[in-house]
Amino acid sequence: MKKNRLLLLLIAIFVVGCSGAPVIPDASKPVKRFADYNVTEKTLANGLKVIVKEDHRAPVVVSQVWYRVGSSYEHDGITGVSHVLEHMMFKGTKKYAPGEFSKIIAENGGRENAFTGRDYTAYFQQLEKRRLPISFELEADRMKNVILLEEEFKKEIQVVMEERRMRTEDKPQALTFEQFAATAYVNSAYHWPIIGWMNDLENMEVQDLADWYKGWYAPNNATLVVVGDVVADQVFTMAENYFGEIKPSIVKKRKPRKEIEQKGIKRIAVKAPAQVPYMIMGYQTPSVVDTEHEWEPYALEVLAAVLDGGASARMEKHLVREQEVAASIGTSYDAFTPGRELLMFSGTPGQGKTVEDLENAIREQIKIISTELVSDKELARVKAQVVASKVYEKDSIFYQAMSIGMLETTGMGWQLAEQYLARINKVTKEQIRTVASKYLIDDKLTVAVLDPQPLDSGKMRARAAGGRHGG
Amino acid sequence: MVGRILLVIGLFALSITQGFAAPKIQHWVSDKGVRVYFFPAPELPMMDMRVVFDAGAAKDGDKHGLALLTNGMLAEGAGDLSADAIAERFESIGASFGNSSHRDMSLLSLRSLTEKKLLDAALETFKVVLTDPKFPEEAFERERSRLLIGLERQKQSPSAISNKAFYKALYNDHPYAYPANGEIESVKAITVADMEAFYEKYFVAKNAVVALVGDLSREQAESIVDSVIGGLPEGEAAVRTPSSSALSKANEIRIEHPSSQSHILVGQAGMKRGDPDYFPLYIGNHILGGSGLVSILADEIREKRGLAYSSYSYFIPMRAEGPFILGLQTKNKSANEALKVLRETLKRFVDKGPSKEELVAAKKNLVGGFALKIASNKKIVENLASIGFYDMPLDYLDKFIANVEAVDAKQVKEAFQRRIDPTKMVTVVVGGEQ
Repeated sequence: MKKNRLLLLLIAIFVVGCSGAPVIPDASKPVKRFADYNVTEKTLANGLKVIVKEDHRAPVVVSQVWYRVGSSYEHDGITGVSHVLEHMMFKGTKKYAPGEFSKIIAENGGRENAFTGRDYTAYFQQLEKRRLPISFELEADRMKNVILLEEEFKKEIQVVMEERRMRTEDKPQALTFEQFAATAYVNSAYHWPIIGWMNDLENMEVQDLADWYKGWYAPNNATLVVVGDVVADQVFTMAENYFGEIKPSIVKKRKPRKEIEQKGIKRIAVKAPAQVPYMIMGYQTPSVVDTEHEWEPYALEVLAAVLDGGASARMEKHLVREQEVAASIGTSYDAFTPGRELLMFSGTPGQGKTVEDLENAIREQIKIISTELVSDKELARVKAQVVASKVYEKDSIFYQAMSIGMLETTGMGWQLAEQYLARINKVTKEQIRTVASKYLIDDKLTVAVLDPQPLDSGKMRARAAGGRHGG
Repeated sequence: MVGRILLVIGLFALSITQGFAAPKIQHWVSDKGVRVYFFPAPELPMMDMRVVFDAGAAKDGDKHGLALLTNGMLAEGAGDLSADAIAERFESIGASFGNSSHRDMSLLSLRSLTEKKLLDAALETFKVVLTDPKFPEEAFERERSRLLIGLERQKQSPSAISNKAFYKALYNDHPYAYPANGEIESVKAITVADMEAFYEKYFVAKNAVVALVGDLSREQAESIVDSVIGGLPEGEAAVRTPSSSALSKANEIRIEHPSSQSHILVGQAGMKRGDPDYFPLYIGNHILGGSGLVSILADEIREKRGLAYSSYSYFIPMRAEGPFILGLQTKNKSANEALKVLRETLKRFVDKGPSKEELVAAKKNLVGGFALKIASNKKIVENLASIGFYDMPLDYLDKFIANVEAVDAKQVKEAFQRRIDPTKMVTVVVGGEQ
């Protein structure tokens, strides 16, 4: 079974747009309809924004509550508090005992979960459409009435530490990435991991969570997203019934802590027991909220796709198949990161090759894309993939809700996804070359290398364990 | 890829009212003997196809990794197309081609828009890959060396180590004892001739199942199967993977690893697809450890004691008896305590069976959550391929709810007592000093 309480590191939102401008029939009315996208939105008097997307393919609904809080709202000493609080949100309210939330959803045939990211914390349920009120009732209750019990906290903080061991401590590549991020980001709150440093978890107190809950959990700091076989007006009425009574709070403004300009290349090594070397290269790049020119993040999206948007892209073709300098290689860039973004390459060297060989090969590709124009064929391929993915993503109502919730919560607005294809289509070959030569340079680069240490493992002791079973 | 990954979202579940009609599956056998399962879904202009062969690692013989490499090599050169050309042909039209190989099945998949020009092009490339692979020597050496690096990487993962040791201890000399990825020594010994022979024997019409979902008419679906899959020789269905003998004694294996957590797996041979005990075991496991945080194991291990982030149990019903597995990860010094709780919990469940309340709650969840099977094209095509591959009845989905409703607590208890013996479990613990 899938594990509960998810930690969302980041999501690759390859969201795209279709033509047509939003239609707002009468801006004075509180309900805004965007007919082209089957989306309707309304903000309740207490500040809760409700966004509904109708999709009638199956008699089901997904409901997500997104809070504007995540690890990038935290500060030193309490790192990981957003994620620990997310765990504790299942541990009881004035009305429901610990664990009852999950039991009620399960008995209604629902699935539920939650995830914490750098810039958001979200809770969701998936249900047969008529059971949507059950989700609303429970979510409205825990928006304000959570009780943080010391004895529940003591156990749950252990669970989170186990989660950290599983996800990071015992995974050499994840460990390398954590140290990489802490090096690439200096003063930005992306410096620390979403799950928090182990020492901060060890010293966390229930009062830290109470302060966090009081500070950020309020209808005026949340977005409710509903996608599925529903009628928007009925959802608004229902939302009003369940969430309408909750009083808004004064929510602090987050300090931006904008990442300082990098002044030269940074390199680190991470020693950990491992068998296979690994490396990450990351370049400071703009995102849509942090850019000099509006087109640059889109040019970087196309650049990343030209390099690594499939098996026919340059990295797979040249580094994996032709030169065999990489056993695996990945490129990532997300134009919709709310803070300073990094365009990253990560990979494992091929047989007989070193991380230095791999770095040189990646640099060679960067040099080519910084000096030569990409081909028509490559551009056409990237655009065809965006067009197709726009259709494919409609196969998942959960994905659609994620895209809306993330863009809303990070202040960009869900409509941005709908403009994606148009923006991508405008990107020129010259622009790709320009962003490559402007941003993929040593002064903006951080390199982290995993330096494998002996595993010294594999010793086996087999024993017949007759009497020990069943306890 | 670093960072950009959504670490696992348990979203495969939507729910549905009782009485909702499951999709009407269309089924036929092509002239050449391909078994086809089709579900028209005209809502979106796209289609999903899965082609599945009874050609997984269970057919490796002593060449562990052969099935996986054969499958992986299909798109590395076919007809007069190079690996580069194949990738370009799919990606330039936004199609996505996938292939993977498991213990039971070898799988190829295609997702494409249904606009005629695009779909025809995608199918044409798919056909070449499926029916005319060339297994070029150079590409093979490269893919094999990448596989070997993957096998090396598994040595740094306590999770991979425990999994491998568990299957080996459970299945001994049964084909399921070995991972689909093979082993370093066996992979090194595989040749192009081995793959060609494997391909010729198993990638044949009578050994294939095709699942199709999307914006297609029945005529289109038939013509796709005839033209794309029809290029395969008729051949013979593979000899069925033999039953695995039940485990006769308890066996505990401890493997040292420099990790902060111990990874614990406990289990036994479980059941086949189509097993007469399927529903009682399925529902019982749902209660024991198959329903996330509300399961008994999660309650005992995580909620009551804070011992692990993830603790679970599941059956993997396969062609032969797939495993029944209970597992968790906990800091090394808690390993013995957690293992003790895990074993006690299992024993108590086998002895007493579920309570009435637990059974009612599980049924409500399964019945109400039935739509996980059918809420997207992706889920439907997976179900169709599975129904076809494992010879499940066409009305499997139609009858799912009634089959769940029919199970009582006594049946669950008896099925567990008949099938699961807590005194004869395989136990694997991988980690540091406990």
